[in-house]
Amino acid sequence: MSTVVLDPTNEAAPAHRERVTRPDSLDGLTVGLLDISKPRGDRFLNRLEERLTERGLRVERYSKPTFTKPAPVDLRHEIATKCDVVIEALAD
Amino acid sequence: MASSADGNTANDAAAGVPQNGLVAVVKRDCPTCELVAPVLADIEARGSLTVFTQDDPAFPEAVAARVHDADLGFSWHYDIETVPTLMRFDDGAEAGRIVGWSRPEWESFTGFDSLGDGLPEHRPGCGSLSVDPAHVDALEARFGGSGMSARRVEFGSQEDAHEAMFDRGWSDGLPLVPPTAERVAAMLAGTSRAPNEVVANVAPDLADCTVEKAAVNAVMAGCRPEYFPVVLAALTAVCNNTFNMHGMLATTMPVGPVFVVNGPIARQIGMNNGINVFGQGNRANSTIGRAVQLIVRNVGGGRPGEVDRAALGQPGKVGFCFAEIEGGDSGAKAASDSGGRSGGQAGGGAGSAGSADSSEASAGAGWDPLCTDFGFEAGTNTVTAFPGEGPRSVVDQLSRDPESLARTMATALNAIHHPKLVLGFDAILAVAPDHSRVFIDSGWTRQQTAERINELTTRSGSELVRGAGGIAEGVPEFLAEADLPKFREGGLHLVHCGGGAGLFSAVIGGWVNGEVGAQPVCVEIDPWR
Repeated sequence: MSTVVLDPTNEAAPAHRERVTRPDSLDGLTVGLLDISKPRGDRFLNRLEERLTERGLRVERYSKPTFTKPAPVDLRHEIATKCDVVIEALAD
Repeated sequence: MASSADGNTANDAAAGVPQNGLVAVVKRDCPTCELVAPVLADIEARGSLTVFTQDDPAFPEAVAARVHDADLGFSWHYDIETVPTLMRFDDGAEAGRIVGWSRPEWESFTGFDSLGDGLPEHRPGCGSLSVDPAHVDALEARFGGSGMSARRVEFGSQEDAHEAMFDRGWSDGLPLVPPTAERVAAMLAGTSRAPNEVVANVAPDLADCTVEKAAVNAVMAGCRPEYFPVVLAALTAVCNNTFNMHGMLATTMPVGPVFVVNGPIARQIGMNNGINVFGQGNRANSTIGRAVQLIVRNVGGGRPGEVDRAALGQPGKVGFCFAEIEGGDSGAKAASDSGGRSGGQAGGGAGSAGSADSSEASAGAGWDPLCTDFGFEAGTNTVTAFPGEGPRSVVDQLSRDPESLARTMATALNAIHHPKLVLGFDAILAVAPDHSRVFIDSGWTRQQTAERINELTTRSGSELVRGAGGIAEGVPEFLAEADLPKFREGGLHLVHCGGGAGLFSAVIGGWVNGEVGAQPVCVEIDPWR
């Protein structure tokens, strides 16, 4: 069950944290491909890797130990450090 | 996820209420309700009855027209305090009610005779679940029209609430109590002020802080509702041009608001004025100042590294609040609410503490409180905000006459910020009982003591000018011929506090005083109760 609390701020900022702005282009960026370890997610990501590599992009592959739990903090840190954008495979 | 304040209306609670007829409110966990269950079935058979059942939806089994008051909305909206309650509705409005079981009352109220054959004549009822302390705050938050309008922030189901609050930047670095609607409603019960009333305009963002926003931050700080009037008063003390909270944030100097509480409220809410008065271990001392600082952070937007530019800061900026020893108090005991006192420190009122002795009681009676410096009568509930740095110890274990001890104080006070800088900074001199009795036993009042210390800080400008003593820092050359006291008139405030054993005092240096800096501000607490 999630916790609901009252906002202690002056509410000048949105309650949601903003997502990182989408890049206009992938040119020159490193793309992380995160396999969440659901079956056949790897097929989808393999194909994406082919397509992205054809375009000359740098691709890093990652996988979560299990799809049932959040990615370990070290993995999240590594992805955030090495990649500009991430594609997470939710395919089943 | 943000959403507007929810809050069901009385109309929702009216679901299931007949336009005309009888309504009973019961719970299974009530022997009187169990007792009258056959009577309720009898009434249903003879006329019309709707039973609202608070706990077990199957109770009473013999009645067909049961409504489960699962969220206690009906019970809350109709102020049910006792079960069973029997009500009559005419044209959709309540036309009367009786509580508990009394055969004559029930017969008269329903118009049916021979009710409850074989039952005792009279049985009192039980408490309604809607007034159970376990539920009342949640019901108030949900239905109360409590005026709470703060944006609701829903954490993710996988998100740890404590981590989520840190992530959102709400914390001063220490854990926060999650400000749920229930807890905020309980905090709001600590004041008679309306939740939407604006308490102060908070620097640096100059955002209005309502009673509700103050309550949210007071919950996070760990305050109890009875501390809340002190928090509100303290907030007004710092959010004004005189105290200049904005400047205190923006300065590179290591200062923040230091709060001194006077009056009986300090004892009533269990504040510490004794052992370890500036230290840890007392919830009120630890959380009241913190609540104000969290309001400055969260409502005002005053955060270190942003508008708060302190080069060094000081630990009291988390929150610095304490009470003074006043007439009749003993300063010997630590008012600790942690349950962790050692045997020698336990004790209730004055004189009962293990280390208290009679001289401390007389010392307590001897000095008028700090609030009198600001024109308030002794015994008034006040909070004084002083723009201060952290406390520094003054040791003198040999002076037994007041003149010698005053000279020690003067020497120590001269060192505030720089021994060659004068008149620019106020100070609190916190005098512990072993020192204060040296003055009091010689008949020195607090004012006389301060006056003498002021005289003793007065030095020749020639010692203080830039370059004197081989030190570049100092006062401008044109003051070389003047005699200069350390403090401006009224700039030295003696405060009586601390544990009963130890020949120590403490200096709390101020920030730049006067129009360009900050002035201490003392306000009354009772208007915020």
